[in-house]
Amino acid sequence: MTAAASTSGSAAPRRGRGFLAPTILPGFGTAFGFTLFYLCLIVLIPLGHMVLVAAGVGWTKFWAITLAPRVLHAFYISFGCALVAALVNAVFGLIVAWVLVRYRFPGRRIIDAMVDLPFALPTSVAGIALTAIYAPNGWVGAFAKAAGFKIAFTPIGIVIALVFVGLPFIVRTVEPVLQDLDAEVEEAAASLGATRWQTFTKVLLPAILPALLTGIALAFARGVGEYGSVIFIAGNIPAVSEIVPLLIVARLEQYDYAGATVIATAMLGLSFLMLLGINFLQRWTRSRHAR
Amino acid sequence: MPADPHSRRPAVGEGPLTRVALIGLAILFLAAFLALPLAAVFSQALAKGVGAFMKGLTDPDALQAVKLTLTVALIAVPLNLVFGVAASWAIAKFQFQGKSLLLALIDLPFSVSPVISGLVYVLLFGLHGSLGPWLRDQGVQIIFAVPGVVLATVFVTFPFVARELIPLMQEQGVEDEEAAIVLGASGWQTFRLVTLPNIRWGLLYGVLLCNARAMGEFGAVSVVSGHIRGKTNTMPLHVEILYNEYNFVAAFAVASLLALLALVTLAAKAALEWRFADQIAAAKR
Repeated sequence: MTAAASTSGSAAPRRGRGFLAPTILPGFGTAFGFTLFYLCLIVLIPLGHMVLVAAGVGWTKFWAITLAPRVLHAFYISFGCALVAALVNAVFGLIVAWVLVRYRFPGRRIIDAMVDLPFALPTSVAGIALTAIYAPNGWVGAFAKAAGFKIAFTPIGIVIALVFVGLPFIVRTVEPVLQDLDAEVEEAAASLGATRWQTFTKVLLPAILPALLTGIALAFARGVGEYGSVIFIAGNIPAVSEIVPLLIVARLEQYDYAGATVIATAMLGLSFLMLLGINFLQRWTRSRHAR
Repeated sequence: MPADPHSRRPAVGEGPLTRVALIGLAILFLAAFLALPLAAVFSQALAKGVGAFMKGLTDPDALQAVKLTLTVALIAVPLNLVFGVAASWAIAKFQFQGKSLLLALIDLPFSVSPVISGLVYVLLFGLHGSLGPWLRDQGVQIIFAVPGVVLATVFVTFPFVARELIPLMQEQGVEDEEAAIVLGASGWQTFRLVTLPNIRWGLLYGVLLCNARAMGEFGAVSVVSGHIRGKTNTMPLHVEILYNEYNFVAAFAVASLLALLALVTLAAKAALEWRFADQIAAAKR
């Protein structure tokens, strides 16, 4: 808060000649004013208000709520499952992106369009569909049951839901970078005697890596906060398969507003740290690919 | 695809065996994670025959949910459309201090858990919230009522149109608009006759994605709606209620309608990307 106030304060004296670069186009005041007004009304004031409510709970109670074993376990499940899902997506998302960019085969365009399905399909629909497949009496769940293990109602089920949700993030961040790769670099590596695998690990992968990391971070951030697609398949057993968003909803339904607010604010803080990380990664990506 | 030197395929590549294996692996993965859930939705919806499927769809509560979902999208999408146009005009056509901060703040709703997006409004407008008692005295109900559902949806779909328009308008620059102004056009004429034709497909693209999310949002809406059947239930919430009542056929019947909407969205999105690739920012990213 104080840091933001001091930056805008130092900019204020120069506002007259420095805030807006000279232009002949009209409408900046209206457009900028409305943007700021709407942003504050819908996003900033409600979010800031929640942080204030959480601060009103008090430091000791804040930590008592966040460090309770059930809450800590929910954080562990949410972040752990999101990380595993993001890593699974990193491998398969990279393969999908590679295949879509490099190869021509029948149905490629349909597959390319289908990659965005998790963006377009409502999360509750994805949730009940995945549960129907992986529950012990479902298409895949029945096989798992015969083999002696459970998928739905365990953290494995959560990971599956988060893989579904996160897939497009990886594919869509890696695709443009793969498209922009210089053909000459690969040809040079091959003519210098590198095997295809060496070319991939030593030449291509380092170029793709920044985008891949950004994609992983985006999928991870989305997975941590995901609610709809997870709650059906998770079974929501406290200290086993309970995620943080569900815990927030549960507190709210018990009219424990302080508890819900504190857990939500802690989660928001962690999300911000991840956002900073994503921005850092994107800047890194851009600086490495600056032309 | 344009003849870009970078998009030339390398003369070297994987052997045919590796190619087939990689394509097979990708298709297998996508079949398991994308096609299978879609197939599950439709097969479960029709598991007890067409009659049961239709019964689930024509139930008065289901129809009410469809109506509410359409109403909410009809309010939330235009609001965010106006915001998106205003924000992209300010950000893409002008240079000012703090632009990157503003961009980051516009993206904020993407990194907030849907559940938190609902919670912030409960804390403000709920009966136990800061403005709750005052609102109750005025006879206004926001939480557990339609206005709350609209607010939560607006929050969640906030960045969609702006995110599509800003890069597009940045790329198009300001020369056309400056020429129009110099030739004596008013600001509104410039926007309507010069800017709008250049951004219309990008605008449609953003609206399409915004609408899909608005109609499908679950977590944020779930927190503020109160799940009142026939009143504050949107389609995704109705799916949950039916499912939790073990009324699977009806749940999947309503879900299949939403899945159909998702498929139509994807088809329209792909069509826009193929036909107007040069006029859509997202297609180039």
